[in-house]
Amino acid sequence: MKKLVGIGVLIGVGMLACQTQIEDKGQEDRSVNEVVTELPEMSIYHLQGYWTDQDSNTFELHELRGKVLVMVMIYTSCKAACPRLIADMRRIEEQIPEEYGDEVQYIMVSIDPETDTPSRMKEFARENQMTDAKWLFIRSTPENTREFASVLAVNYKRISPIDFSHSNIISVFDRDGQMVFQQEGLDVAHTKTIQTVRDLATLN
Amino acid sequence: MVILALGTYAQESSMVRVEGGEYLPLYGSLDEPVKVTPFYLDIYPVTNAQFLDFVREEDRWQKDRPIRLYADEAYLSHWSGPADLGNSHPQAAVTNVSWFAAKAYCEWAGKRLPSVDEWEFAAMAGEDQYDARTQEEYNQYILRWYESSKSFLNPIGTGMKNVYGIHDLHGLVWEWTYDFSSILLTNEFRKGGNADNNLFCGASSVGATDLMNYGAFMRYAFRSSLKARYTSRNLGFRCAKDINDLEQ
Repeated sequence: MKKLVGIGVLIGVGMLACQTQIEDKGQEDRSVNEVVTELPEMSIYHLQGYWTDQDSNTFELHELRGKVLVMVMIYTSCKAACPRLIADMRRIEEQIPEEYGDEVQYIMVSIDPETDTPSRMKEFARENQMTDAKWLFIRSTPENTREFASVLAVNYKRISPIDFSHSNIISVFDRDGQMVFQQEGLDVAHTKTIQTVRDLATLN
Repeated sequence: MVILALGTYAQESSMVRVEGGEYLPLYGSLDEPVKVTPFYLDIYPVTNAQFLDFVREEDRWQKDRPIRLYADEAYLSHWSGPADLGNSHPQAAVTNVSWFAAKAYCEWAGKRLPSVDEWEFAAMAGEDQYDARTQEEYNQYILRWYESSKSFLNPIGTGMKNVYGIHDLHGLVWEWTYDFSSILLTNEFRKGGNADNNLFCGASSVGATDLMNYGAFMRYAFRSSLKARYTSRNLGFRCAKDINDLEQ
């Protein structure tokens, strides 16, 4: 019943007001299907939930729409792979021409949201000289984080017949939030990642 | 050790209380046991008939409805229509459901998906032991099941019944867990990290030796191949619930 009313309202308002209407609709209705027609089905911008960045700004993922995203999941207290992932992110950023600067957003998603408070992320950003606006450190609730990780589908690999570890993956998203490319591994050549980002940033 | 949650609430009769405790999961190089707090677990996997009730109320989860971010093309593909099971056995476990759909069902039912640790804790029980992982019959059962084909067609209740009174954790279908991606989120916390291997955070050998780990190994391998939108003909789910929710 509730859904029928929602659809009725949408039709009444029409296409022009579609974006606004989506904002106003109940979480349940817009979380799954019919409403958000203008976004590609695979877009991560369908995902609900609020995120907070290192400056304590709160936002929803879809607010990032329009930018090319380079994304990695880390946590600031990680001593092993994460510093190298951060270094990889910087290496990628350094090879994206200046003129694409505003088009690309580099995002570090915390997988340890309880520890990674905005102030801690801020400090981490400062330590790593990532204070420019193109660097975004974000966290959400454990549930949103779990959902996001499940969608990003960071694959696990078998190391020995019985051992698993999580893989280190840098993901690239197009302006509509569709995952276009994933690079797995540390200290690998990021040629393809960089090329993908360049291509996407060139496309308008 | 086991308290059957009968009476009081209707849904309790379909769940079993698992007291929890500490256990050593069969993955990673863990020296420390993992603590599992008490929880309720469905006695059976969710069936086609139950899932049909769900999609009748929540039509956004009907076949062909969810966007591809939430379920892949094969979602409910063994059904013949939005609210039509076709030839599928109503009492067989529902499969071809994504993690999102399974999660939505459990929330609809006032429950949640079990965690990997909860699921594994309950599933290490055999027919007469709470931890049957070293028991030969238990392992033989699982290996035989892996070798059998199309067990997903069988009605619920035809798989293993364990000492808790929980059915079909082994023998019918694989099952979604809430944190199937938990290794990503917890591995390095637990292991302290070892980045010798370029691909992995915390890569170190586990030293697990026995064949008894094979069943769990297969489950972890399977989970590790999943994405939240994936569906598979032999992948279903059951729900869990916090103890507090029921006792309040």
